[in-house]
Amino acid sequence: MSPREKSLVPREKPTTYYGRPIVKPPVWKPEIPFYFFFGGLAGASAVLAAAATFADRPALARRAWAGAFLGVTVSPLLLIKDLGKPSRFLNMLRVFKVTSPMSVGAWLLAANGGATTVAAGLNLLDEDRRGGPPEILAAALGAPLATYTAALVTHSAIPAWSEARNEMPFVFAASATASAAGAAMLTVPADEAEPVRRLGVLAAVAEEGVSALMHKRLGSLADSYKQGTAGRFEKAARACTLGGAAAFVASDPALPLPLGRRRRSALSMTGGALLLAGSVCKRWAVFKAGFHSAEDPSQVIESQRAPVNR
Amino acid sequence: MAAYAVETPRVGFFTDTSVCIGCKACEVACKEWNKVPADNQGLLGSSYDNSGELGADRWRHVAFIEQKLPVGVEGGAPDDLVAEAARQNLVEEGLDPHADEDGFRWLMSSDVCKHCTEAGCLDACPTGSLFRTEFGTVVVQEDICNGCGYCVVSCPFGVLDQREGDGRVWKCTLCYDRLQGDMEPACAQACPTDSIQFGELDELRERAAARVETLHERGRPEARLYGEDPDDGVGGFGAFFLLLDEPETYRLPPDPVVPTRFAGSVWKAAGAAAVTMAAGIAAGFLGGRR
Repeated sequence: MSPREKSLVPREKPTTYYGRPIVKPPVWKPEIPFYFFFGGLAGASAVLAAAATFADRPALARRAWAGAFLGVTVSPLLLIKDLGKPSRFLNMLRVFKVTSPMSVGAWLLAANGGATTVAAGLNLLDEDRRGGPPEILAAALGAPLATYTAALVTHSAIPAWSEARNEMPFVFAASATASAAGAAMLTVPADEAEPVRRLGVLAAVAEEGVSALMHKRLGSLADSYKQGTAGRFEKAARACTLGGAAAFVASDPALPLPLGRRRRSALSMTGGALLLAGSVCKRWAVFKAGFHSAEDPSQVIESQRAPVNR
Repeated sequence: MAAYAVETPRVGFFTDTSVCIGCKACEVACKEWNKVPADNQGLLGSSYDNSGELGADRWRHVAFIEQKLPVGVEGGAPDDLVAEAARQNLVEEGLDPHADEDGFRWLMSSDVCKHCTEAGCLDACPTGSLFRTEFGTVVVQEDICNGCGYCVVSCPFGVLDQREGDGRVWKCTLCYDRLQGDMEPACAQACPTDSIQFGELDELRERAAARVETLHERGRPEARLYGEDPDDGVGGFGAFFLLLDEPETYRLPPDPVVPTRFAGSVWKAAGAAAVTMAAGIAAGFLGGRR
């Protein structure tokens, strides 16, 4: 209908169909946000571990490799639990499709799982290991393993996810790095904690900064991240992440705070745990925001009538 | 992308909602032929629509929209008077099946999978379960589907869904089995008013353009085609519609775009974030090297 022609029928409500959703909410179960977390932990820990190996910090390297190995072991178990049975995971290894972040991710997870297992094994067996191709491969596959899960959600028809496509991977990268630093801090000896502390603080600040930018660019679509369950997770993520960063800063021996060794260590551990919790909450916030957005037909309509991001 | 040249001509549906009478024969025929399990048995409180939406167990869905029209001439500007008079004449001539004298109209529309030229579900499927048939339609192979649910969030129309207790995803096959037997899909065959028309897509598009023109001539300028344009965000629908109101009134997205169109920026951002992360972590070790 051309704009000059006037409709015989005046525009009447409903402009939505009984308020029902236009796109379907995800069918993903709670395993999936935890998978986002463990995939991020595995990927960032592999990079951290490789860096520690090459920087000749064996105590940190061994612990970070253990974290990476834990992450790549738990990740496929979570996916299989979501799918229902193990053979269903194998169905994803019959094709490789670059149009599907799910397909790319399945291969990344499988490949990174292999590389990380080898690198972790070598580092745990040989304390003096200097690093080589397995470490490089595990790190090279680990970084995308941590960020592809952001592509997984933004490559979708759900407005609050899709329109965040330029920022979400950076949120995930920062969140993954914060979780890897948090996990490492729980186990690393105090004299090798310095790079972990720096990384944790940097990642935490980056996570909150990029999240704020993402929400700003999303405009009204950001409501999905601020309301309801997602909003509560978002608030919890912010509190934990910034709290963890503050604990990391306060526990820095370079600061002239009147803390004993034991207190300092307890503060570091608390910071590590907070960063891990913050990372879990951040993925849950993103996950829940997708449901909120999908269930609101006006988001679909408005984002298509007045695109944010094209 | 997902489309490729096929030997057999591409087929699809043209659903002309201006002649839909809401009988739901399409829903029933689809369920029977495809052995789709029963789903909602209750009342939804949305006019005569008690089946809700397309999903794993509903591959045709008839929407009922109740709209009140202004009665007579109250408060109408001059061209509204003309328009209203024209509409009343149409009613008397029996050309307007959905409006009557009390100023109420029903919009009815049988929704279905759009069998997009650039299908988000097909692009997203990590197993190869979703594929494009020789007829240009998009079909799920249930023995390969692993229930990952990625197609569910990749469809701009909310067509696909997971079947409860099964975990796999099911949707309209455009009666793939019947097509192979040179029969038209069950819904189209069952439709008593030819609201659902099956055929070669090119021919359907011509037919639809002519129908819109006819409706415009008869004083229904609100009639418009939805999804017939090969230049739209999904490269055109294999199953397109003639609507009498905005798409969102029918629970249809006004300007759907397949997520794959944004794959470039999605991967660029993910790659840049991965590189930034690796560089950031490596930099964390520079200062304090022993």
